[in-house]
Amino acid sequence: MELLIRNGFVYDPINGVNGEKMDIAVKDGKIVDKVNERRAKKIDAAGMVVMPGGVDIHSHIAGGKVNAGRLLRPEDHFKDVEPKTAVTRSGVGYSIPSTFTTGYRYARMGWTTVMDPAMPPLEAKHTHEELSDTPIIDKASYPLLGDWWFVLEYLRDGKIEECARHVAWMIKATKGYAIKIVNPGGLEAWGFGRNVESLDDQVPYFGITPREIIRGLCKVNKLLNLPHTIHVHTNNLGKPGNYLTALETMRCVEDLAEDGKPAIHITHCQFSAFKGDDWRTFESGAEEIANYVNAHSHVTLDMGQVIFTDTTTMTADGPFQYTLYTLTGNKWTNHDVETETSAGIVPFHYKRKSYVHATQWSIGLELALLIKDPWKILMTTDHPNGGPFIAYPWIIAWLMSRKAREATIKKINPKARSRSLLPSIDRELDFYEIAIVTRAGQAKALGLKNKGHLGVGADADIAIYNFNPETMDPAKKYKMVRRAFKRAAYTIKGGQVVVKDGEVLKHIDGATMWLDVQLTEPCEMEVNENLKKRFKEYWTVEFENYPVSEDYLAISQPIPVKADV
Amino acid sequence: MNVNLYPIKEFRLPVVAECINPDVFRGKSIKEIEVLKVWEGNKQKKLSELFKVEAEKAEGSQGDPVITIHGDVSRVRRIGVGMKAGEIIVKGNAGMHLGEEMRGGKITVYGNVLGWVGSMMKGGVIEIHGNTGDYLGAPYRGSTEGMKGGRIVVYGNVGREAGAHMRKGIIKIYGSAGQFVGFRMKGGTIYVQKDCEARAGACMVDGTIIVGGRIESVLPTFTIEGLRKKVKVEEGEVVEAPFYLFIGDLTENGRGKLFVAKEPNPHLSRYEKFL
Repeated sequence: MELLIRNGFVYDPINGVNGEKMDIAVKDGKIVDKVNERRAKKIDAAGMVVMPGGVDIHSHIAGGKVNAGRLLRPEDHFKDVEPKTAVTRSGVGYSIPSTFTTGYRYARMGWTTVMDPAMPPLEAKHTHEELSDTPIIDKASYPLLGDWWFVLEYLRDGKIEECARHVAWMIKATKGYAIKIVNPGGLEAWGFGRNVESLDDQVPYFGITPREIIRGLCKVNKLLNLPHTIHVHTNNLGKPGNYLTALETMRCVEDLAEDGKPAIHITHCQFSAFKGDDWRTFESGAEEIANYVNAHSHVTLDMGQVIFTDTTTMTADGPFQYTLYTLTGNKWTNHDVETETSAGIVPFHYKRKSYVHATQWSIGLELALLIKDPWKILMTTDHPNGGPFIAYPWIIAWLMSRKAREATIKKINPKARSRSLLPSIDRELDFYEIAIVTRAGQAKALGLKNKGHLGVGADADIAIYNFNPETMDPAKKYKMVRRAFKRAAYTIKGGQVVVKDGEVLKHIDGATMWLDVQLTEPCEMEVNENLKKRFKEYWTVEFENYPVSEDYLAISQPIPVKADV
Repeated sequence: MNVNLYPIKEFRLPVVAECINPDVFRGKSIKEIEVLKVWEGNKQKKLSELFKVEAEKAEGSQGDPVITIHGDVSRVRRIGVGMKAGEIIVKGNAGMHLGEEMRGGKITVYGNVLGWVGSMMKGGVIEIHGNTGDYLGAPYRGSTEGMKGGRIVVYGNVGREAGAHMRKGIIKIYGSAGQFVGFRMKGGTIYVQKDCEARAGACMVDGTIIVGGRIESVLPTFTIEGLRKKVKVEEGEVVEAPFYLFIGDLTENGRGKLFVAKEPNPHLSRYEKFL
C-alpha cells in the first residue's frame, strides 16, 4: 500500500527538517523517496504540522503493578468509560486505563511507540501478555536489574564480564529492552525493612553500595552495546534535599562516558529535584540540576511532569511508596517480588493549592525550560505517577507558551507562585523543539533507529496535527495547540491510517520490541547452572517456566545487538 | 411545573435514566421532555418509549419542577443523579443509585429502593417510606469520598454499609440496619432506631452512631466511656433512655462515638465493670 502526505509543514529534527513544506511518501510500512502519484492514497496535510509518531520513553502501561493498581482503584474507572465502537473495544480510563484504552488513547494523540519502564523479571510473562493486548502502538519493557541478586554478587566480586553475560541472558529471557535501575540497593534493603540513604550506604548482606551498582551496570551496558543507556530512578526519590543525590548519581558515571555520548538516563527527574531539609523548607532544585546538565553531555533526563489531577502513583520503589502512604494516609499496597524487587501503589491527588504539589508542577517545567539542549530533556509525566499521559497536550502548551504557564500560575498556591522560577523564564519552545522532546529526542535516547524520524527507511509512524504554524502563533493560541495535540488529525502507524480527526479507524496490533543480545561466545550453560541451583532454593517458580519464549509475544520484533563479551 | 411519568410497561431490562431530574426538566416543554435519551439494556431510547409523560403547569410556574413517577421503577437506575433543586416523588419502588451525588431538592419514595441511595450525597433530602438496599449514602467502591451533607430518612430497614465514609450530614433509619453501619466514618450522625447487626462503626475516626435497639456485638476495638441518660439525634429529636457510650475505632486512633441503648442489650452489661 502506498501513501502520499502532501504539503504539510514537516518537523523532523533527526534529519534537520524544520517546518519545511514537503511531501512524505510511504510504501509497505516504510518511508520511501517517492511513490507512484496516481496509485498512492493521498492525504492533504496543507496547513498542518507533520511529525514522526510520538515516542514515550517512560510510561507504566503494563505489568503486575499496573494491574494491581487497576484492581485497587475502581473509583478511578467508573467516571471515564469508553464504549465500544464498530472498530474499537470498550474499556475504562483514567489514570490506569485498560490495555485497549491505553493503545487507543496514545494513538489518538499521535503517539506510536511507548516504553514500559519497570518489569520485575518474575512478572515478565504477565507484562508481555498485557503489552500484546495493547493495540496500535509499538512497545518494549525494561527489566528491573538494579537489585537483582546475581548482579549484586557479580559486581561485589568485580566480575564485570560475567555480570554482562548474565544481564544479556536476563534481557533475552525477559524479552526486555534496557537495564532499569530503581533506587539501587534500596529495594534489596527494603526486604529487611530498611532503605539506603546515600550512594555510599551499604546494601545489607551484600557488601556493595548504590554507587558500585550504578557504575557496574553502566559498564555492563557499554560492554553489551545496548542501544539505550542505563535507565535510573535515583535513590532518595521524593524526599526533600534529594537533588544532591541526583547530582551525585550523574557525577558518579562521568568518567565512563565516551565521545560525548550519554551514559546515564535519569528518569522522572522532577521527583529527584527537591531542595530543602523537610516539607516545610521544600524548594525547587531544578536550577542546580539544569546547570549541571547544561555543562555535561553524558546525561539525558525525562521530566516526570506533575499534572493537577487525581492519579495513582506506582513504582518499584517500595520504601518510597510506603513513605507516601504515611504522608497521605491513602489506601496502599506494597509488594515484595520474591528475591527480585518490590513495588508499591498509592492513589494521589495533586492539588493546585498545595505548596508542595504546586512547586512540583513548577519543577518539571523549570527543568524542561532551563536545560538548553532539548535533546537532553524529554517530555513525560512518568504516567501515571505525575499524571496520566492524556495530559501531554497540556504540557506541550505550557512548554510552547508563556501565556499558558501564566494562566496556570495564577491559580496555584501563592507561596509556590512567589518562589517559582517560571515567571522569570521567557523561553518558549517551537514546534521543532517540541518534536525533539516528544519524539526525536526520545527515539535517539532509546537508540531506536527506525523511529522518531521521517528519513527514507524509517518506519512509517507519522502524526499530523491540525495547527497552521504559518498563520497562528502557538505562544498566543495555546488552546489551539492543546486541541490539536489532543486529537491528531491523522495518526499513521506502519503505513496504515489508524486515526483520523481523533477517532480510531482501525484496530491493529503493535509489535513488542526486545533486544537479541548476541555474545561473542555462547555461555548459556554456565549462567543456567548457577541460576538453576538458586532457583531451587529461593524461587516459587521452576527455572524452566521462567524465561519468556519468543512465541509468547503476539508480534515479536527482536533487535539484534552485538556485544563485546 | 408538575410532570407525571407513568411507566408504559413492566421493565425487564435495566434502564438508566439520568434525565429524570428536575434540573433537566426545567424550562422544557412536554415535547422536549419526551425525546430525552435513556438506555434500556444496550439500546438507547426516548423517554416517551418507556414512560407516558404528562405535564401540568402549576399556578406559579416559575417554581422548580416536581416530577412524580406513578408505578414500579425498581429497574430504573440513576434517577435524580446530581440534582440541585426541585422534587421527585416515586409512588412505587425505585432502582439503584437514586439521588447519587445529590446537592439539593427533595426525593420521596413510597416504596422500597435498591442499593446506593444518596451515594456521595452533598445536600438535599431523601425520604424513603420503605426498605433500602446496601450502601445507603456510601461512596462508590474504592472511593473514600462519602456523604458530605444533606439528610436521608428511611422508615424501613437498610442493608449493609450504610453511611460508609460519611463526613457530614445525617442518616436516620427508623428500622434495622445491616452490618458495618458507619464503616470508616469521619463525621456526621447515623441513627438506627431498631436493631443493628455487628461491626457498627468499624474503622470510624469521628462522627456519631446511635443504636436504639439490640446490637449483635460491639467491636473489641471500641472502649467504653460512660453511661448517658439520653442522646440527642439532632435539633428537636432526643431519645430519652439510658445509653452506653463507646469510643473508637482504636485501630485508627479514632474518636468516634457509638451510643448503644442499654435496655435491649443485656449482653453488654459486662462492660459496666470498667466504668
